[in-house]
Amino acid sequence: MKFFNDLPPMDHFRSENMSLVQLIMPVESAQHAVSYLGELGLLQFKDLNGDKSPFQRTFVNQVKRCSEMSRKLRFFADQISKAGVTTYPNPDSEEVIDLEQLEIRLSEHEGELLEMNRNSEKLQQTYNELLEFKLVLLKAGRFLGSAQNHLVMAETELVENTYSIKNEDRLSLLEQSMQPEPSKKAGLRFISGIICKSKELIFERMLFRATRGNMFFNQAPAGEQVMDPVSGEMVHKTVFVVFFSGDQARSKILKICQAFGANCYPVPEENNKQKQLTHEVSLRLSELEATLDAGTCHRNKALASIGSQLWNWTIMVKKEKSVYDTLNMLNFDVTKKCLVGEGWCPTFAKPQIKEALHQATIHSNSQVGIIFHDMDSSESPPTYFRTNRFTNAFQEIVDAYGVARFQEANPAVYSVITFPFLFAVMFGDWGHGLCLLFGSLVLILREKKLGSQVLLFNFLRMPLEIIDYRFVKSFRVKCHLSQHDAQLSDAQTAGLIKFRDPYPFGVDPKWRGSRSELPFLNSLKMKMSILLGVCQMNLGIILSYFDAKFHGNPLDIQYQFIPQIIFLNSLFGYLALLIVIKWCTGSQADLYHVMIYMFLDPFGNLGENQLFWGQKELQVTHYVAIDSSCCGSSLDALPKTIYIEETTHRGRTYGFLGTSEMDLDHEPDSARHQHQEDFNFSEVFVHQMIHSIEFVLGAVSNTASYLRLWALSLAHSELSTVFYEKLLLLAWGYDSIIIRIAGLAVFAFATAFILLMMETLSAFLHALRLHWVEFMNKFYHGDGYKFKPFSFKALADEED
Amino acid sequence: MYGFEALTFNVHGGYLEAIVRGYRSGLLTAADYNNLCQCETLDDVKMHLSATEYGPYLQNEPSPLHTTTIVEKCTLKLVDEYKHMLCQATEPLSTFLEYITYGYMIDNVVLIVTGTLHERDVQELLEKCHPLGMFDSIATLAVAQNMRELYRLVLVDTPLAPYFSECITSEDLDDMNIEIMRNTLYKAYLEDFYNFCQKLGGATAEIMSDLLAFEADRRAVNITINSIGTELTRDDRRKLYSNFGLLYPYGHEELAICEDIDQVRGVMEKYPPYQSIFAKISYGESQMLDKAFYEEEVKRLCLAFEQQFHYAVFFAYMRLSEQEIRNLMWISECVAQNQKSRIHDSVVFIF
Repeated sequence: MKFFNDLPPMDHFRSENMSLVQLIMPVESAQHAVSYLGELGLLQFKDLNGDKSPFQRTFVNQVKRCSEMSRKLRFFADQISKAGVTTYPNPDSEEVIDLEQLEIRLSEHEGELLEMNRNSEKLQQTYNELLEFKLVLLKAGRFLGSAQNHLVMAETELVENTYSIKNEDRLSLLEQSMQPEPSKKAGLRFISGIICKSKELIFERMLFRATRGNMFFNQAPAGEQVMDPVSGEMVHKTVFVVFFSGDQARSKILKICQAFGANCYPVPEENNKQKQLTHEVSLRLSELEATLDAGTCHRNKALASIGSQLWNWTIMVKKEKSVYDTLNMLNFDVTKKCLVGEGWCPTFAKPQIKEALHQATIHSNSQVGIIFHDMDSSESPPTYFRTNRFTNAFQEIVDAYGVARFQEANPAVYSVITFPFLFAVMFGDWGHGLCLLFGSLVLILREKKLGSQVLLFNFLRMPLEIIDYRFVKSFRVKCHLSQHDAQLSDAQTAGLIKFRDPYPFGVDPKWRGSRSELPFLNSLKMKMSILLGVCQMNLGIILSYFDAKFHGNPLDIQYQFIPQIIFLNSLFGYLALLIVIKWCTGSQADLYHVMIYMFLDPFGNLGENQLFWGQKELQVTHYVAIDSSCCGSSLDALPKTIYIEETTHRGRTYGFLGTSEMDLDHEPDSARHQHQEDFNFSEVFVHQMIHSIEFVLGAVSNTASYLRLWALSLAHSELSTVFYEKLLLLAWGYDSIIIRIAGLAVFAFATAFILLMMETLSAFLHALRLHWVEFMNKFYHGDGYKFKPFSFKALADEED
Repeated sequence: MYGFEALTFNVHGGYLEAIVRGYRSGLLTAADYNNLCQCETLDDVKMHLSATEYGPYLQNEPSPLHTTTIVEKCTLKLVDEYKHMLCQATEPLSTFLEYITYGYMIDNVVLIVTGTLHERDVQELLEKCHPLGMFDSIATLAVAQNMRELYRLVLVDTPLAPYFSECITSEDLDDMNIEIMRNTLYKAYLEDFYNFCQKLGGATAEIMSDLLAFEADRRAVNITINSIGTELTRDDRRKLYSNFGLLYPYGHEELAICEDIDQVRGVMEKYPPYQSIFAKISYGESQMLDKAFYEEEVKRLCLAFEQQFHYAVFFAYMRLSEQEIRNLMWISECVAQNQKSRIHDSVVFIF
């Protein structure tokens, strides 16, 4: 017992000691204090204003200002990415500016940018119009030109910006359908313009309907893309010319054009006029282009200068916003001169926090210091484990099941070793293990480059890393076992007799292909699974002892731990012992028989199944032990509950005197913990009863569950054999190089995806289950909550 | 096959039903409304909404905020959700979802036609249209002079075309005509939708027929109240009522001859489901009727979520979010005009 007490403290085994602290800060230094604490990142503030909605809190205006600023920053980022400017964050020019200055500067920049956008938009619009006009001139001019070739008489008519032409052939056709007596005097007019290509079909249909078919529609694709003034995207457009007759039709067509967003441009009908106009338009276009280019250049420069600072600013605004969000969680005291905050911090961090607060006081030139003191608390503190990048992955695995209760034994400590170990047992192939090792090494080396994926890989990488070298180890375990086996073994059926030295590493290849290969491997792996399972479950139960001892709960030791450990060990512990003895002595005893007859006939003669001297006596003891602990543990519920009842009654009587001390020792047993509440005998009794029954049944089913170690390992080895023999060797049997390459490719594919990837996943999953269910249900409650300190670092991580 | 939807529904509809139920759980809660009602400025409203599903849509709006911006952005969210669902939907759910938008289309057509009649700018009108009811050639509506042209030019391409069969006349458009057109269209639309749902069968038919019947009855009451004192004849009025619903046919006969609101009340109180609505409002009052109907509708829509494996949840969700946007608009208006005492006049809580 003394030995246990003298063990060195284990950092990861229990979560950090936490203290509930109160901060009383003068208003003038509060902001600095909170930002210093954010840099430190070791204090979790409690929300003291939970009942107030966000905009009723004290610093709502500052929060609003911050979100306004981040909106502007987003606007800049958007503009920068739209303009396609590549910017490089400039860490050197990290000038220190405060929030007010930043706010002013941001709104200046925004105003500037908006002004520039407006100007360039106007210019762009004019430019677009001119461009469209030019396109219409070019294309429509061609239609008209071809029309003019057929022109018989120049009887043109000019109405506003529409020009009419007379086309003998077409006119007569149209007129015939329109009027019984063709009149050569009726004018044919046209409207030319440009329209989005996507709308063109509907547009034509609509024109046809509106004019009842009395029109001629001619179109040609505009060739180059034109910027859409609304969305700012480049779109394909089509130039069209509509020929029609009559005033009513004209107004209708114009309306339709307007509705479809088609821009109409007048095109003169004479060739020389067209040329002149085209020339003018081109001239103006090139002028505008120069102006636009200058504008864009200027704008890009401005954006680049913003872009170099954007990252710093964003981080700064984020920090400020989080500071104000935190301040909003604080209370004003009665005098309205101080802010009062409460929070949890790890006890070891107190000096650091004090130091930070001291600096904040100096920084803000405040007359009054910040008061920082401990408070008593009745609620359970948050759970905080200090982890590094390696242990973090395993802590995450445990946390995914449930965050440890405050100062509960942390299974993550053992998972660091056992998790990869069990994984390796199931994966069970060191060739593939080496492949995984290379894979994970690549991931680790490229960790920096992969950037955002790091999180995921971190998670995967950690187990993988040791998995691989555990691999070798796990195989060592196996090979030790197989050494023993080989000592006893012969490939013949009768018995396993040593006839040469054990094979140094892994399973002797002599087994391969022999008739008894599978029975041998199965028996080996099954027994090994049970051994491992019993070890791990015992570890779990022993942990529950340490937990009970740590929390000063003798009741749990006497009535929970002792029956449990007796029960498990006299049944499955004994089985494990038998297995080991059988391996060492090379006996041919039938373990099934021994186990079954231990119950059926405890006093009977063991006969040839006698493994060691005194086995019979031991079995009788075990039998009694199992019986007693089996009944015992279910009956334990009774004494325990009675005992609890007594203590609670006593607790209540002395409640007025001693409650504050009793509050401090947090006990895992909920019945005692909430001794303020009414004690419900039947509830606790039933709870204990269920717990005992669950344990007894669980011991059997959990042990059986560890057989998955064997099953997965078997599946893996069989699959790889199948791929190797039926695929690779089969393909190699042919003389054709193509078949060989194909066989090799399929084999490589199957190895990579099925054996490496899928099997990794399934082994991971089963290792996870063995930990979560079989191991952790022995002692782990996992109903705590995590320590989430207010920290700028976490904020920056979020951004990534 | 009624009662066996559970067997096959999830093959095509399961994902979308899950999506729509997820959307539904994002609707504002009573606590949200309480907080919104306490807002002092529109910025407060924005700030509160930024913690809800509307957050991403409002976060990039510069600070002097207007009610119209809020409503526009909230509608945008609804439209995005609708489009997402429509993209994922297969037949017959996609047709069902399209049916939901026809109502908006009718409203948009009427809006544009009325607007052009009063010589408003088409672009300005287009901005006011509900984005769910947009179709390609909607802008061309301005060209039409009478119903026949309207149909022949534009609407023949739209899904609304079949509903026009009853109202093709060569009369010139005026306010009265347009209103009659709207109601005729709506009647045809509701009947069509009703038949479609009946064809789908199962729980969809059961729940949708209930919801659509309520809609039809509400329209019947509204038509009656709005046409009191106009030159609409009894027969014409009778023609505007949809041919299904709780009031069909005897209630319609009686509604057609009503001369004032109290007579309407007398007719409606014969129908037990509507008694509670009219019990809430005092005699001679028609202002609060809308709200009472909306409340009843919201209650029924929420009930649609109680059952699984049917399409009515989509309809219900669209209607509920529309109601939510109406609520937000009213709250924002009240906040903007400093009339906070009137907030509760028109807000219908959705729970």
